[in-house]
Amino acid sequence: MRIYADNAATTRMSPGAIAAVKEGMERLWGNPSSLYSLGQEANEALTGARERIAAALGCSAKELTFTSGGSEADNQALRSAAALGARKGKKHIISTAFEHHAVLHTLRALEREGYEVTLLDVHENGLVTPEQVAAAIRPDTALVSVMYANNEIGTIQPVPEIGRICREKGVVFHTDAVQAVGHLPIRIDEENIDMLSLSGHKFHGPKGIGVLYVRRGVPFLPLIEGGAQERGKRAGTENVPAVLGMAAALEEAVTGMQTNIPRVTALRDRLIQGIRREISHCALNGDGEKRLPGNVSFCFEGIEGESLLLLLDDKGISASSGSACTSGSLDPSHVLLAIGRVHDVAHGSLRLSLGEENTEEEVDYMISAVKEVVDYLRGMSPVWRDLQEGRRQFIL
Amino acid sequence: MALYSEKVMDHFRNPRNVGVIADADAVGEVGNAKCGDIMKMYLKIQDDKIADVKFETFGCGSAIASSSMATELIKGQPLSQALKLTNQAVTEALDGLPAHKLHCSVLAEEAIKSAVKDYYDRHGIAYDPALFAGVEDCAHCGEGA
Repeated sequence: MRIYADNAATTRMSPGAIAAVKEGMERLWGNPSSLYSLGQEANEALTGARERIAAALGCSAKELTFTSGGSEADNQALRSAAALGARKGKKHIISTAFEHHAVLHTLRALEREGYEVTLLDVHENGLVTPEQVAAAIRPDTALVSVMYANNEIGTIQPVPEIGRICREKGVVFHTDAVQAVGHLPIRIDEENIDMLSLSGHKFHGPKGIGVLYVRRGVPFLPLIEGGAQERGKRAGTENVPAVLGMAAALEEAVTGMQTNIPRVTALRDRLIQGIRREISHCALNGDGEKRLPGNVSFCFEGIEGESLLLLLDDKGISASSGSACTSGSLDPSHVLLAIGRVHDVAHGSLRLSLGEENTEEEVDYMISAVKEVVDYLRGMSPVWRDLQEGRRQFIL
Repeated sequence: MALYSEKVMDHFRNPRNVGVIADADAVGEVGNAKCGDIMKMYLKIQDDKIADVKFETFGCGSAIASSSMATELIKGQPLSQALKLTNQAVTEALDGLPAHKLHCSVLAEEAIKSAVKDYYDRHGIAYDPALFAGVEDCAHCGEGA
């Protein structure tokens, strides 16, 4: 059995999205900026796709700028708001400790350039509160950036409430919604959002394409200079096939959401309950209720995540972990550390991110496979032996 | 997975000499849980030779494979020979490790040295302390086990 349970990393492209990309490559290959009909056909397809994406998100087509993906959208949003803030003497930015690296590393770079960054605590449940944001806003705050849903532990932040506070105080509000779009019912216009980043390949669209939404009236600057594409806000010939694929995938995701959310949520809860029932000394990471329909994230005491992933792969399961060994760095995931997991157990983390294609049968197989592998690794772990024999205290 | 050689995956999937020796003549433990890897080696010694060796490892695939390979390389060897085992020898025997995983082979070398040191200490055998310099520290961060 091959089970794909890493939908937070990327998703399989839908047949509709593949067909749309193919159409973009085979028929609509002209340059949308060209005057002749071949170019204008591509331009019309691009315009149509932009309108369909806007309709799916609850905003206007003119508020969308196509980018190379979520990371570029995040970079542009932060860089632009920071530069425009500095013009008014505002060089303070508020974000959270467990943002994606596309946000955190951009903020680190801005700090080196003289900006001051406040990273809000996300608590043990992986949630930031609107009150924290309100308390952190200063007269010189240029931007608040809080992710819509976390990529590792799936917790969903109170975005509309945070947005309301930012609007009252006149501070630009950006949200990295890469994990949320296509999975949660988002209506941008009703959620007090000024800027939003999304990525096509997280909802069965193609890779290398994303969107930066910027609300009408909110000024912003280009990150990539060059031609006048995207109303001068993002240079470079438009990736028409990828845009068409993303539009098709987003429409499918939004149409299917009403049935998919309860179905995937039920699979998620079955998996969480099964792991809790079968495996001792483990803990769910992040709030159990305010989490993405497909996200299951656990820490297991006494084992290390990379060996867990390799053995699960042998059993046909594709999953991910926040252990240091899988990140290629010395420290385990900053997200797990941000919710207070100590290094010893953060190394033993496992993320299974489910999608519409997963089944109950697969969930039950995953429960038994994870149990088998965790038991096996604990059996050869000196840490587990120490825990069992009382030389070390259990953390979980 | 292309991350590791076939040899590493073989020793990871089918580790040799896993377990505990209840009446071990020497035990060595290196690494720490904070860094994500701990290796523990148990030795049974007869006539100055390693008659039996077992290991327990908390760590990634290459940590488990390095432990397994290291035990294979010293089994049946005189202690003096086991002390000469280098992390390079472990890495080569595994057909290489990714650069960021080389510390796993260092940990395996140090686990064996730590066990031999324990044997010397238990039996009051004199040795040059320089032989075991650094063995008590984590190969990653320098913190003790």
